[in-house]
Amino acid sequence: MQGNDTVRRSIRAQALSIGLAISPFGLAFGAFCTDAGISMWEALGFSALVFGGSSQFAAVSVLADDGTVIAAVTAGLLLNLRSLAFGVSMAASLKGSFLWRACISQLMIDESTAVASAQSVPEHRRYGYMWGGLSVFVLWNLTTLIGVSALSETESLIGDLGIDATIPAAFLGLIWGKLEDSTHRTIGVLGALLALILIPFAPSGIPVIAAAGAVLWAQPWKAKKGKSSE
Amino acid sequence: MSDATTVIVLLAAGTYCLKALGPLYFGNSRQLPVKFQEIALLLPTPLIAALVVTSTFSENNELVLDARVIGLVAAAIALWKKLPFFIVVIIAAAATALWRLAFS
Repeated sequence: MQGNDTVRRSIRAQALSIGLAISPFGLAFGAFCTDAGISMWEALGFSALVFGGSSQFAAVSVLADDGTVIAAVTAGLLLNLRSLAFGVSMAASLKGSFLWRACISQLMIDESTAVASAQSVPEHRRYGYMWGGLSVFVLWNLTTLIGVSALSETESLIGDLGIDATIPAAFLGLIWGKLEDSTHRTIGVLGALLALILIPFAPSGIPVIAAAGAVLWAQPWKAKKGKSSE
Repeated sequence: MSDATTVIVLLAAGTYCLKALGPLYFGNSRQLPVKFQEIALLLPTPLIAALVVTSTFSENNELVLDARVIGLVAAAIALWKKLPFFIVVIIAAAATALWRLAFS
């Protein structure tokens, strides 16, 4: 089974490199939590229990701005709706008992789905899902912890070192690749404008949630050209 | 419970349901409407774009223009130059810090 070993090795390498790629986000998240007055345990609670990078940033960002619990949770959940789509697309490849599938479902994130989707054999897809998910889970929580501890004693440094500017940079980095696509670019700009207009008038969190309305521009209720309508 | 803890509990529970519905309920036989998938995959872009704006220009529900903008512009240039993410974040922080050092 030489071929199988080679595939597995390349899957592990992919999983590790994607884990390393998200590590700076983990550091930024930990630092962000400190900046927002969130404790180490709460930061780890976000990273281990919620385990969805952009939704964690969104929720903490709403809290940091004195937004309500409901606004923070809604913003986070809207960002994680895609995990439902990932889960449905991965379901066929994830075997095992109900309990086992219930456990590994926590790993249903962009990265695990991406590593898995690069494979076509179900066994390899499963392997990619597990390695992608675990690699990100371990490194994400570890770097969150490092981010929190590195900055918890040095809160005054946050302004001095420009740590607060890493948050918009991290968000921009998250969507940068998507902006090459014209639909994503347009709804991204619309979302940004909606938020900008609403900041002075709406309570914290609402400008972000309202930006979801920008997807209406893409007219998702219409059938796409070239696809059969469903 | 602090607000943060309440958010963690609710968001974790809701997110887990979204993650697990596929493997535990939908399985092989049930499918989501294509429309739902399209919307779910489009949603993060405007939401995160809005977060770029609020984390740059918002302070206590007011529009503010401060050194964070410098960091954002620096980050955009770094991303455009296809620099690694880690460098992008450092450049953003450094640009903002230098601006503050020079002008405040």
